[in-house]
Amino acid sequence: MSKSKPLPVVDYLKIPDDGDPYLEGYRCKKCSSTYLGERTVCSKCFVRNEMEVIKLSETGILHSYAIVFRSFPGIDVPYISAIVDLDGGGTIKGNLINIEPDPDKIEFNMPVKITYGDALGRKDKEGNSYLSYFFEPA
Amino acid sequence: MSDVYVMGVDMIKFGRFPDRSVPNIGAEAALMALDDAGLGIQDMQALYCGNLGQANAMVGQRILQEIGQTGMPVVNVANACATGATAFREAWMSIKAGMYDVVLAVGVEQMGKGLLGGAGGGDGIPKEGLLGSGTMPCVFAEAGMEHAKEYGTTFEQFAKISVKNHHHSTMNPKAMYQIETPLDEVMNAEMISYPNTKLMCSVNVDGSAAAVLVSEKKAKELGMRRAVKVRASAMASDPYTDRDLVMPDVNACTRLAAKDAYEQAGIGPEDVNLVELHDCFATAEMLHYENLGLCKDGEAGKMIDEGHVELGGKVPVNVSGGLLSKGHPLGATGIANIYEVCTHLRGEAGERQVEGAKIGMTHVIGLGTACGIHILEKTS
Repeated sequence: MSKSKPLPVVDYLKIPDDGDPYLEGYRCKKCSSTYLGERTVCSKCFVRNEMEVIKLSETGILHSYAIVFRSFPGIDVPYISAIVDLDGGGTIKGNLINIEPDPDKIEFNMPVKITYGDALGRKDKEGNSYLSYFFEPA
Repeated sequence: MSDVYVMGVDMIKFGRFPDRSVPNIGAEAALMALDDAGLGIQDMQALYCGNLGQANAMVGQRILQEIGQTGMPVVNVANACATGATAFREAWMSIKAGMYDVVLAVGVEQMGKGLLGGAGGGDGIPKEGLLGSGTMPCVFAEAGMEHAKEYGTTFEQFAKISVKNHHHSTMNPKAMYQIETPLDEVMNAEMISYPNTKLMCSVNVDGSAAAVLVSEKKAKELGMRRAVKVRASAMASDPYTDRDLVMPDVNACTRLAAKDAYEQAGIGPEDVNLVELHDCFATAEMLHYENLGLCKDGEAGKMIDEGHVELGGKVPVNVSGGLLSKGHPLGATGIANIYEVCTHLRGEAGERQVEGAKIGMTHVIGLGTACGIHILEKTS
């Protein structure tokens, strides 16, 4: 039986019952390195049990990208695979949407923001829908 | 500690052999390397075998079942695309440690066709094309675009690397392809992940390569004439970098391993006469000119534009044709590039010979990440 509420596409995407979805990070209190997903040890400064759970920023800048014209069978192309440095720390990867997949239109360091939406209609074996995150020009 | 020498080394012509088994392909190169050394399997004290696709299936022992079961210790290693270099390095270490005088290293792989990689696995739904792409052409395109962002590197400059390596392969009978690919053909080939077109992606092939490594004592006994000295063997994993959770870092670990290798050898990049480096994609080769110190940061584009990395240039890179045209059988690649450099140092590379080559370098990157670098020197 499918649930009415979508599931998060990755475990660091949080969908509260009473609020908007957000991305969660783990930040080292000693050196400020930011991780996606749960950690207890900082792989940069090696300190243990000094992680704080934070909400990641929803804005950032485009660090790098590639335009994917050939992917695995059944995956729609072209699309932009983007690496985004979030304001305040953390780097995430995802699809950059609402901009032409054309290198002449895409600028490095352009400001982008995170949006949330259905995971392109993809469902798991049980028929559950998923919520994903995307980037778009800010 | 004893110096270590390559006494025998060879590779099979890379190709597609769907009707053969992995051990059978590996056995062929092992016998060729033994012949090259003038030794037999009964002379080997240990075998280090690199293979990725059947990492849990005792490929080394199965090779010995085809060429001679002496009871020697066998170690099977897997380290992504650094697998072959890792097997070679384990063999090198065993002689350095004084354990053995004569050991065999084999790298072998049987590949399917098509894209490697993929974003996210595990539970739920496929993430490919949803959270970006984990395909290898894309991952290395993103790494190349980081260089483009920093230094203005162009699609055309990346493409020229592929033109160069395909040209080199026309002189290498053991390469998968011997075909010239002019610049317009490279740039107009099917775009896989911008800026990597199909001709800027390495070729998935089957292949094997093997080396017989010996101690100095054994080398003197056998004769030094064709021996090649291993001046450095370095390996690094990826140190922490801010983006490495989502952007595998092939730069930092290459720089770490290169620094170690140059220090071990007591030389600098200016002393290196040829380099076989990990051109899994044209965008990757560009990064490694700088990572290996062949030029200053920001000057990689100039290296290709001005021909410094071509045969006849200041420091020819991938005169074998590289992974782009010779082919990239993952577990074999790290020993195949040692074969290439040794062949030049022995003065036996024929039409593609780097004249007067005395010192050469090999480099591989296994994403995840492992970097293996060897510096080799002519002895006579």
